[in-house]
Amino acid sequence: MKKAELMDYDKALELFEPVLGFEVHVELNTKTKMFCGCANEFGQGANTNTCPTCLGLPGGLPQVNAKAIESSIRLGLALGCEIAEYSRFARKNYFYPDTAKNFQTSQYDEPIAFNGQLTIELESGRLVTVDIERAHMEDDAGKLTHVGGQAGRIQGADYSLVDYNRGGVPLVEIVTRMIEGGEADSPEIGRSYVAAIREIVKGLGVSNARMEEGNVRCDANVSLRPRGSNILGTRTETKNVNSLRSVERAVRYEIQRQAALLAAGGTITQETRHWHEDTGITSAGRPKSDADDYRYFPEPDLVPVAPSREWVEELRATLPEPPAARRKRLQADWGFANLEFQDVVNSDLLDAVEATIAAGAAAQAARKWWTGEIARLANVAGVAAHSLVHPVQVAALIELVVAGTLTDRLARQVLEGVIAGEGTPLEVVELRGLAVVSDDGPLIAAIDEALAAQPDVLAKIRVGKVQAAGAVIGAVMKAMRGQADAARVRELVLERAGTAQ
Amino acid sequence: MSEITAEQVAHLANLARIDLSPEEINRLTTELGQIVDSVAKVAEVATPDVPATSHPMPLTNVFRPDTVVPSLTVEQALSGAPDHDGDKFRVPAILDEE
Repeated sequence: MKKAELMDYDKALELFEPVLGFEVHVELNTKTKMFCGCANEFGQGANTNTCPTCLGLPGGLPQVNAKAIESSIRLGLALGCEIAEYSRFARKNYFYPDTAKNFQTSQYDEPIAFNGQLTIELESGRLVTVDIERAHMEDDAGKLTHVGGQAGRIQGADYSLVDYNRGGVPLVEIVTRMIEGGEADSPEIGRSYVAAIREIVKGLGVSNARMEEGNVRCDANVSLRPRGSNILGTRTETKNVNSLRSVERAVRYEIQRQAALLAAGGTITQETRHWHEDTGITSAGRPKSDADDYRYFPEPDLVPVAPSREWVEELRATLPEPPAARRKRLQADWGFANLEFQDVVNSDLLDAVEATIAAGAAAQAARKWWTGEIARLANVAGVAAHSLVHPVQVAALIELVVAGTLTDRLARQVLEGVIAGEGTPLEVVELRGLAVVSDDGPLIAAIDEALAAQPDVLAKIRVGKVQAAGAVIGAVMKAMRGQADAARVRELVLERAGTAQ
Repeated sequence: MSEITAEQVAHLANLARIDLSPEEINRLTTELGQIVDSVAKVAEVATPDVPATSHPMPLTNVFRPDTVVPSLTVEQALSGAPDHDGDKFRVPAILDEE
């Protein structure tokens, strides 16, 4: 595949205005599929969750999953949408082996939710309001594996294999209106928008929201309009961009690629493009053509969905605090500087820090432990920090430090013990005998011994060279196996040096 | 007389992945035209105050609970397919060689 010419990003923005649009598919985490009682789960063997309905066999009849409707309405409400009083399913007809029905059951001109808005905040603090055109329900397609071609590509494959476990899983597709005025922030707008959707569906609990497992998938539409023109350029649709970073990269790439083509007098083909995670480029998929004649018509096997206004209001009352508002409130409550707070958010530790503070820890201490030592250990272990240790244990650990039972250094050892499953912090302290020696008796004995062993140091301290005390403090800490409060040791060293023989 | 043309029938056949001979296209153009004409008669009695009907039953909100029911076994699922490979359906190459 030939690598396309790219225009310098700043230059591209000088010549053109990017116009964006996003379609985000969210897989709902219902127990069963959208129109049949097959389990909605993966990791099983292929084709273990299928039935005549999701395989499109003769006689199969769809039945709507009540929970999927509820989740779709809640998601619509969280996106500020109106909920349709009357909504229908429609058949989107196409022939492709990823659906055995030869159509996708979707919604056409009567989606469940429409006219929403989502305001996102960029790193610069700029607020961008994205208009949501619609959020509609549909079922997912099966999974294809192409055999015989290069690297599993469909081009050149000898044949393909199909697993229909995912076929029929409930999806909500969220479609934005055109996003203009994004300018240089356009790639970041893409990333932040998808991140905001992910956060919302996670907060609602309607999806597992794991992008790496395809629970949230983004198609990014990009077109360029020459400066001074009011005519929209031809757009491309980059499919299945499945990480936040990739959304940002794909938008940026398309801006640079299209700008180079247009500036050289070329034209943009309206087409779907594929994003290649490894090389960071998009490549042409199929052009929009006759095949996009989907001949939608109302699904004759399903009756309309007409949610009562009472039900909609009941569901509205179940919505959690919007994630952006929650962040604002937490940062104010905790008094974190922007960088400190961003650190927590970017490490996906908001819930963990909040729970630790709720369990009694001071906000700064909770932040320091989670983004510091716990994040470091999680990184070493290759797991998510919040999965490593329970917030209640972290709060208990912090309490021991505050009480003077542990120094930071000892607390790190206790943390390792807690993570290793040795018990609560207090149990680990006892088990490993790690508490700070707070009784001055043993400290004084160790200090006197160290001073006696280093008479030259003692002499220096006596003539006022107090920095010489470091050597003695070190020896004492070593003798105490680190289980002493260094500040107290220092006090005692100076005191004993003054009175020692 | 309907406005169904041979080109439309050929387009539809292509979308439906059905290989039709010119004779079949001609025959289907006539037949589909007659069907469209017959259906058009409905328009003669349907006044603007009659909403379009997609379902004969005046029902809404027919839902099932989100409860798992047993699926087919893999063997049952694959039994009607022309070909399979292990536990997956096997289909011919999707794209033509270019």
